[in-house]
Amino acid sequence: MVTDVISENATRTPRRPRPVRETRGTRAFGAVNTVLLVLLCAAMLYPFVTVLAQSFSSPGAINAGQVSFWPVGFNTDTYAAVMSNDTFWRNYGNTVLYTVVGTVIAMLLTTTYAYVLSKKHLKGRKALIGIAVFTMFFNGGLVPNYVLISSLGMKNTMWAIVLPGAISVFNLLVMKSFFESLPKELEEAAQIDGLGWYGIFGRITLPLSKAVIATMVLFYSVAYWNDWFAAFLYLDKTELFPVTLFLRNLIAGASTSASEGAAAAGTTTALVSTNIQAVTMILTVIPILCVYPFVQRYFVSGVMLGSVKG
Amino acid sequence: MPLTRDETAPRPADATGKTAPERPATRPGAAGPGPRPRKRKQTWREAFRRDWQLYSLALVPLIFFAIFKYGPMIGNVIAFRRFRPGGSMFGDEWVGLRYIEMFINDPTFWHVFANTAILGGLTLVVCFPLPIVLALLLNEVRKRHFKKIVQSISYLPHFLSVVIVVGMLMQLLSLQGTVNQVIGAFGGEGIPFLQRPEWFRAVYVGSEVWQTVGWGTILYLAALTTVDDSLYEAARIDGAGRWRQTWHVTLPGIRPTMMTLLVLNIGTFLNVGFEKVLLLYNPLTYETADVISTYLYRVGLVSNNLSYAAAIGLFQAVIGLVMVLSANLISRRMVGTSLW
Repeated sequence: MVTDVISENATRTPRRPRPVRETRGTRAFGAVNTVLLVLLCAAMLYPFVTVLAQSFSSPGAINAGQVSFWPVGFNTDTYAAVMSNDTFWRNYGNTVLYTVVGTVIAMLLTTTYAYVLSKKHLKGRKALIGIAVFTMFFNGGLVPNYVLISSLGMKNTMWAIVLPGAISVFNLLVMKSFFESLPKELEEAAQIDGLGWYGIFGRITLPLSKAVIATMVLFYSVAYWNDWFAAFLYLDKTELFPVTLFLRNLIAGASTSASEGAAAAGTTTALVSTNIQAVTMILTVIPILCVYPFVQRYFVSGVMLGSVKG
Repeated sequence: MPLTRDETAPRPADATGKTAPERPATRPGAAGPGPRPRKRKQTWREAFRRDWQLYSLALVPLIFFAIFKYGPMIGNVIAFRRFRPGGSMFGDEWVGLRYIEMFINDPTFWHVFANTAILGGLTLVVCFPLPIVLALLLNEVRKRHFKKIVQSISYLPHFLSVVIVVGMLMQLLSLQGTVNQVIGAFGGEGIPFLQRPEWFRAVYVGSEVWQTVGWGTILYLAALTTVDDSLYEAARIDGAGRWRQTWHVTLPGIRPTMMTLLVLNIGTFLNVGFEKVLLLYNPLTYETADVISTYLYRVGLVSNNLSYAAAIGLFQAVIGLVMVLSANLISRRMVGTSLW
């Protein structure tokens, strides 16, 4: 598959010929470089470590500023408290629901449109591409979007979260260039056998595209999982919130009592202790961390594919 | 009907006949007398008869674009019309340029405009070169496994929700957080970073670096693999050390990638991370933190001056479009790389 070839190329160490004898300068540089990169990794991971440590620490130790790498006053009470919270689980379930429904809809729309755009002989193809690409550079803006969703009656429904993001033009172009890279001969043979475009798409193209479909499913589901802003704008009822908005309200409640954003969202949370925030963060991020090893490989190849101009 | 646009285009639809001479059987539309040197223009009737299934597949996505992308664009007319909540989404009556004049005479608008430019400019200046540096460092790593591990770890922040990133920032920067623990260890006074306007920009840009530096290397690393090995060899024979090889071979080799990304970044630098600022700022830090998008959010959706906020949003979107187009033009003139 094309994606595999590309990702292999990207991760391959370039074959710059080794110097015959490593000079002292070269070795010193190598050592410094390694140290720098190890420090970088530490900086990348540290926030996760400290949040994890806080989630197992006692509130007293956190407020005394004793927690950094390791839990102080180890306990799992906070986990028990958060996990027995009905609102948390309800919002967690909402996130799962929005992610699944959103990804299904997004895949249906993106796949069909990308397929149409990949047919180079199609009359009007340029206009169809232009319609999509233009929206990358010019968008309606916050207020008209809000007015639109309100007047469609979508406020306080799942559709306000799921529909507006259903086609990401970037993903669309990645998929289009994948379809374009498939061998034409198969489709032509199918055409001679009397298959229409529906048949070719469903029986020939899609089965050949499992890799790119998997990539796109991951792209969209991570995006839906992480989204909080659409919910923040369009949902007023706590029982509809996704877990990211639940977390946001915890954070906003804790950060400052005078935050107007908190007032707008209808939060009345008093000071929320740091360890509850930490536990919620960990529980929200775990699914992402679990799919991350798979996601990462595909994301990289997806970015590569997208950078090949369509 | 957007579909008809192509018909009036000077060039014929691109693929009418590229493969025609060899395979007339698959092209029922080509009823002309045998292969001809000039491409015959396909009519819409023929195109629809042959490809109606393809056009029908495009229908639902086109409806999506019309409603959710082009609908709001047209909805921007409320910047020039009086809008009544509950009334038409396109407003009730024309008021001309009243809302445009309103924000041009609004000192707060110019203040947030300056904030946006400063924050966006700082982000660009800091966040654009760092991935290049990191990519060059990674490129020098000989051990494949080490390189892979560093890459995986540095991509990780890219996949987190803004809410998580801001939550982590708040914990790190709180009075009990790690940063203040370190300051305390050196005998310094604790600083409530998120309540201090003078710290906001540093916090914002720093967290942007954390989130984007690793992910930003991907395209550069790919470009680095395409640099021709014989160039390095030639440079070495000419006596170039590692540093000069980097300067004279590697950097020119990834210049097209650099230019493309620079164009994209310049074009979008006014769209500073709205969601992040919204989560991160508070009334104490408005002085430096309030940007165009957060201001229009408060004016429009919190205080319900929808038309006024739409005018500001339209202004920002138009500036963004102009900047992308001109950055692209400059890049095409100067280095011959263009986004499209």
